[in-house]
Amino acid sequence: MKVMAQMGMVMNLDKCIGCHTCSVTCKQAWTNRAGTEYVWFNNVETRPGQGYPRRYEDQEKWRGGWELNKRGRLKLKGGGRVRKLLGLFASPVQPELKDYYEPWTYDYKNLVDAPLGDDFPVARPKSLITGEDTKITWSANWDDDLGGTTQMGHLDPMVEKVRKESEDKIKFEFEQTFMFYLPRICEHCLNPSCMASCPSGAIYKREEDGIVLVDQDQCRGWRQCITGCPYKKMYFNHKTGKAEKCTFCYPRIEVGLPTICSETCVGRLRYLGLFLYDADKVTEAASIKDDKKLYEAHLDVILDPNDPKVIEEARKQDIPEDWIDAAQRSPVYAMAKVYRIALPLHPEYRTMPMVWYVPPLSPIVDLLKDQGHDAEDRENLFGAIEELRIPVEYLAELFTAGDTEIVSNVLKKLAAMRSYMRGISLGNDPDESIPEAVGMDGETMYEMYRLMAIAKYEERYVIPKAHVEQAHDLEEMGCSLDFEGGPGMQDSPFGEASGMPTPVAVENFRALQQRQTSDEPTGRDLRGRVNLLNWDGNGVPKGMFPDEQRDTPQTAGDQAGS
Amino acid sequence: MDVFLWGVLPYVMMVVLVGGLVWRYRYDQFGWTTRSSQLYESRMLRIASPAFHFGILAVIAGHFFGLIIPMSWTEAIGMSQDFYHFNALFVGGIAGICTLGGIVALIYRRRKTGPVFMATTKNDKLMYVVLTAAIVFGLWTTLASVFLGGHGHNYRETVSPWFRSLFIFMPDVESMAAAPFSFHLHTLVGMVLFMLWPFTRLVHAFTAPLHYLFRPYIVYRSRDRMATSSSPTRRGWSAVGTQDRDTHHQ
Repeated sequence: MKVMAQMGMVMNLDKCIGCHTCSVTCKQAWTNRAGTEYVWFNNVETRPGQGYPRRYEDQEKWRGGWELNKRGRLKLKGGGRVRKLLGLFASPVQPELKDYYEPWTYDYKNLVDAPLGDDFPVARPKSLITGEDTKITWSANWDDDLGGTTQMGHLDPMVEKVRKESEDKIKFEFEQTFMFYLPRICEHCLNPSCMASCPSGAIYKREEDGIVLVDQDQCRGWRQCITGCPYKKMYFNHKTGKAEKCTFCYPRIEVGLPTICSETCVGRLRYLGLFLYDADKVTEAASIKDDKKLYEAHLDVILDPNDPKVIEEARKQDIPEDWIDAAQRSPVYAMAKVYRIALPLHPEYRTMPMVWYVPPLSPIVDLLKDQGHDAEDRENLFGAIEELRIPVEYLAELFTAGDTEIVSNVLKKLAAMRSYMRGISLGNDPDESIPEAVGMDGETMYEMYRLMAIAKYEERYVIPKAHVEQAHDLEEMGCSLDFEGGPGMQDSPFGEASGMPTPVAVENFRALQQRQTSDEPTGRDLRGRVNLLNWDGNGVPKGMFPDEQRDTPQTAGDQAGS
Repeated sequence: MDVFLWGVLPYVMMVVLVGGLVWRYRYDQFGWTTRSSQLYESRMLRIASPAFHFGILAVIAGHFFGLIIPMSWTEAIGMSQDFYHFNALFVGGIAGICTLGGIVALIYRRRKTGPVFMATTKNDKLMYVVLTAAIVFGLWTTLASVFLGGHGHNYRETVSPWFRSLFIFMPDVESMAAAPFSFHLHTLVGMVLFMLWPFTRLVHAFTAPLHYLFRPYIVYRSRDRMATSSSPTRRGWSAVGTQDRDTHHQ
């Protein structure tokens, strides 16, 4: 057993109102740059719908994820190593911009600059790719709220599947009868196929928290990862020629803050916490033959953080105590494995995704309500879950490779919680038969209710801080000495912008040395920066405030160290 | 003049090429990429790019045979000049035409597809001119031998000995000077291309990911080993908009 920690997320889809706040804040934080206009690390899809990029779930076309070869071993659906290298010069099935959309802006300047005339000036849409006038025909959420579904609903690959399996019985009424939102980020998989597809080896999984990142210096733009990722959450920055992806907001996670998408989520539907998993079992679990057994196999890979044996192994792997503690309090572990209400997205891709979803009960509740039934009554709800096959089948295609029983069981738990808590709110004695009907006890159900409905900030986000003190020790002792352009070298030969980024410690070292050896407060040469962390209150260093006396001759202190 | 061209310039070229590559590798990892334009257009690219790349790989292999392996070796294993020349002409010709066709199609695509043209820098344009010239002049030396009758010029008695002599730092300037003008031209343009190489997108060729065949599929890295930095990253951030496009275009 090799215990490793993984930051995971669970999204409670019942609470998603499709407001796209997560997408917008994520974009502002990470991808509001030229070259990433079309890049949405976080996007919200209306389901049924085609998703983003269009029809990304059609793996027969896009060849993402893994499949089993004849000997039952995992192999990239897009082809093995040799095939990938042969396809290097033109990636065989990479989505084009038209599969995403052509990003645009508006010619706002015309509103101000247009000459006086009889007509109102308009701000015409301009393509951000060509700079020319453009016609807007698609976007990242063009089919939002089932927009255009009567014409394009059949293009949803999951609708196609459900239809095929029920022998074309489903007509289009059903798209009008249920809908829900699916926010998507990178899955930070345990068995990532993007990583396996990368010829340069630039994509890596962090040992400490399992976050999957792209090394921007090592990426050479071979773009095999874009095909490799079945969720199409690898994006090509067309300005830098490098792949980019959701970072799980690692700079925030490292200091114990939730990701931007979670922090700003209006519905408070995202949960963040640790999973402990057995890294030795991942490949085996991903190679299970039956698609429908993959969910159970995935659950088996996730370890119980309260099991003394697991704790012992975790300590052996140098997982810090506060991380083990956080894993024990992890809301995502509770929802995935204790209550068993969270499910992975498309387990059949065999990448072992680590962003899980609580499937929505709302389509069923809404239908019951619309038909005038009591949508909080257990019998009504259970009956509806059995009866309304289509939403359940659709959800099963998304979350359990088509196994409707798992989805029904989850929905029944949600329904049971709903009617159990209704009874309590009405002041009745808790009806213990309700939790029993779904194999839970009243206390567990109440805890689940607290986590799901009350959803306190501290309970939703249990994020242990990264242990940076070790990293800093290393840096001060070893790295800073052999760092190129380190303390020994004042200036890099190609000007201050060239060379590699300076580690914090080196910068501090130089700033401190400066202050300790000069008579004046920090001189001008710190390139306009004042490191307030190191400011000792000794005078007002130059650069702390804008320079007032521009024309006065420089003093000796100004030149020191320049 | 001959001494400068065939005795000095090759070494200048080597210094620029190696020095440039080392400099770029150390200081511009972030800029070291193919800068693929497949996102903009892939229909033409799907045919033209493999034609060019596989063609040029074959051409490189051909150069290896012609320049590195001495004529005496091929004769020692009983390969006649006729046979060698036929092969060089046939295989080399096909590879050369593939390469030329590929690059012509790629340039056409680059010019005619709006977004691809927009993403083309001056650096790219210069590189395309030199690269195409090198290919065209190279093909000319091959084809010229057909029309000249006989075997044309036997470069394995002039260019190749010179090429090999460069590596032992005793450049055989006379041999090279004796080669016809077309070979001189091709070699000169080639040297210019190699001098430009480190400063263009062509650098991606030097990081051809052959290690992919041997590395494990799943890569773990510890964040402890990553440099933590407070200084802003230099490149990779430019604002979204259409206005800045011109200023970005170098």
